[in-house]
Amino acid sequence: MTEQQQAQTTRRARSNPAVDGPLAVYRGVWVYIEVNDGKIAPVSLELLGAGRQLADKLDIDLAGVIVGYQVQGLCEEVFAFGADVCYVADDPILERYRSETYMKVVVDLVEQYKPEILLYGATSTGKDLASAVATDLKTGLTADTTILDVEEETRLLQASRPAFGGNIMATILCKNNRPQMATVRPRVMKSLTPDRNRSGKIIEYPVQINEEDLKTRVLDIVKNVQRSVKIDEAEIIVAGGKGLKDERGFQLVHQLAETLGATVGASRDAVEAGWISHQHQVGQTGATVTPKIYFAIGISGAIQHLVGMQNSQMIIAINNDPDAPIFQAAHYGIVGDAFEIVPKLNEAFEQALQQKEVVDIG
Amino acid sequence: MHIVVCVKQVPDTKIIKMNPKTNTMDRASAPAIMNPYDVYAMEEASLLKEKYGGSISVLSMGPPPAVSTLKKCVEMGADDTYLISDRRFAGADTLATSYALAEALKKIMQEKGAIDLIISGKQTIDGDTGQVGPGIARRLDIPPLTFVQKVADVDLSARKIRVHRKREDGYEVVESSLPCLISVESGINEPRYSSLPNMIKAARHNPVVWTVDDLEGIDVTQLGLKGSPTIVGKVWPPEKSGGAEMIEGSVDDQISKVVELVMARKELFQDGSEMNDGTTASTND
Repeated sequence: MTEQQQAQTTRRARSNPAVDGPLAVYRGVWVYIEVNDGKIAPVSLELLGAGRQLADKLDIDLAGVIVGYQVQGLCEEVFAFGADVCYVADDPILERYRSETYMKVVVDLVEQYKPEILLYGATSTGKDLASAVATDLKTGLTADTTILDVEEETRLLQASRPAFGGNIMATILCKNNRPQMATVRPRVMKSLTPDRNRSGKIIEYPVQINEEDLKTRVLDIVKNVQRSVKIDEAEIIVAGGKGLKDERGFQLVHQLAETLGATVGASRDAVEAGWISHQHQVGQTGATVTPKIYFAIGISGAIQHLVGMQNSQMIIAINNDPDAPIFQAAHYGIVGDAFEIVPKLNEAFEQALQQKEVVDIG
Repeated sequence: MHIVVCVKQVPDTKIIKMNPKTNTMDRASAPAIMNPYDVYAMEEASLLKEKYGGSISVLSMGPPPAVSTLKKCVEMGADDTYLISDRRFAGADTLATSYALAEALKKIMQEKGAIDLIISGKQTIDGDTGQVGPGIARRLDIPPLTFVQKVADVDLSARKIRVHRKREDGYEVVESSLPCLISVESGINEPRYSSLPNMIKAARHNPVVWTVDDLEGIDVTQLGLKGSPTIVGKVWPPEKSGGAEMIEGSVDDQISKVVELVMARKELFQDGSEMNDGTTASTND
C-alpha cells in the first residue's frame, strides 16, 4: 500500500461511525444459541462457525447467547465450537420459548454489552425472536440470509439473500444502527470441528421476570406422532414442480420416490397448488437439503428453489424447457416430457433394483 | 370482537421479469395481486367473525392501486378498509413499515374503537421476511404469536385466545391475553369464494385513504427510506453454474444413462434399508 492509499484508507475509516464514531462502542459478534430438548440446534453451531470467521476478520470476540432452563452446561459446547464468551440466562421461567421472555433477555443483554453483529438461525424460534428484538432495539434485520461476510474497513455486515421472490440476490447493509442483525438459513454455513480444549468466559444474566407480569403461556407441546418428513436428512430426493400440471401428474414423483426409497420434495408452486404438504417444500421458504441424489422433475429452477438444493451431490433435472434455469444448477439434464420419461424411468429402476436384490441374495 | 387484518398488494413474483441491466423489477411485467399469504389471514378473520361476532377492519400500506386488494377483502367479508398511501412511506424496510402500520392502527382504534385481535399473513411473496407482523405487535406492546396454524379458542370475557403455533417437530399450544397479533400459516383454512352480495358490496366500497398528514403525531423521520435502518447494497442475478451435462439420445438411451448414474451409487441401496423407513413417498401427510 502506498502512503497515499494508506492516508485515503485512514480518512475513509475515520469518517465511518462504526470505526471511531458513535457506533464504535458496539463491538463483538454474537450468535443466539437455540436449544431444543436440552440440545443446541445444529444451525446455531453452524452460525458459530460463520461467526468465528466474521469475528476473526474484525479481530474481535465471538459470543454465544443461551437462554433457557438448565442450559448453563451447554456453554462448554459453545466454546468448543468457536466462541470466546458465553452469555447465559438460566431460569425455570425460561424453560419454554416465549417471545416476551426471551426477547427481554436478549434486548437487555444487547443494551448492556453492545455487540455489533447478532445472528440467529432462520428457524421458527429464531425468526420470531429476531423480529421482536429488532423492533424493540430499532435496528435492521435481514431475513433468511444465505451469504455472510463483513467489510473489515467499515465493519459492515454484508448479509445477502434472494430477494423479490428469488428473482435476484441482494446484499443488505445496516449502516447506522446496531447491532446489525440477520437470520441465517440452516444448513448453509459450516460449523467448525469442535475443539474440546477451548474454553471461554461465562457471563450470567440475572433473570428477574415474574410469571404474573407475562401475557402468554405455553400450555402444551405436541410432537408429531407420525414421524415427520425429515427431508433435510434424506439421501435421495425426488422433487416435482408445476411442470407436472396437477396432483395426478405429481403422482409420478411419488411413484419414483417409492421405487428408489427416496423422500418426496416439491417446489413452492407444487405446495401452493395443494398437491403436497409444506413439509416437502424445498427452497427459500421450505427446507434446505443436501442429498446425495436430487431429481428435479418439472421444476423450472427459480432461485427460490435453487438456494434450497444447489448443494446436493448429484442433481438430475428433467424438464421440457431447454432454457429452464434448473439446467444451470443441475449436473445432468434431460430435455423432454416428464409424463413420458418418468414412468419409463420408474420401470427401469424397478428392474435394476430387483436384479440387484437377486444378486444380493445369490 | 374487533379484528384488524393487515394485508399487502404485491407484484406476482412468480411471473415478474427482471431488467437485467439494472437488476430491478419490471413491475409492468407482473400483475399486482393480494399477497397470497394474506388471503389466509383475511379468511381466518371472517371465520372468527362468524363464530364470535364483531367487525373486521383491513389495513394496508401502498400506492393507490392497492385499493383493489382492499376491495377483494370486502368480497371476503371485511367491513371497513383503510389504506395509508403517501410517497413519504415509500422505500420502507420492515422496521419503518411496522412503524407506519402501527401508527395507522392507533388511528383506527381512535375512530372505530379498541382492537381485540390483529391478523397478518406469515410473510409476503415479494419481501419474504415475515418480520412486519411481529414488528407491529412489538410497536403496540402486544404479544406477537407467529406461525399460527390453528386458532383453537377465543374467550372474549376472559380476554384470552388459545392458538397452535407450528414448530419444526409439531406444534405448541399457546394462550395469550387479548389484544394480540397472530401471523397465520398458509393452509390454516380454505379461503372462500366471494358471495354475490359481498361482490356487490365490494364494488360499491370505498376504502378510507390516509396520508402521512392524517396520522397525527407521526414521526416522519421514522418513515420510508429515511426511517429504514437497512439498505440494499449490491444486487446481482442469481449465480449460474457451469450448467448440466445434457443427456441426449432416444428416451431409452436417456433412461439407461440415468439408471447407470444412480446405480453407480450402490451404497445408497444396501440392506434394503432404503425401503419404507417411514420417510418414503408419503402422500399428503
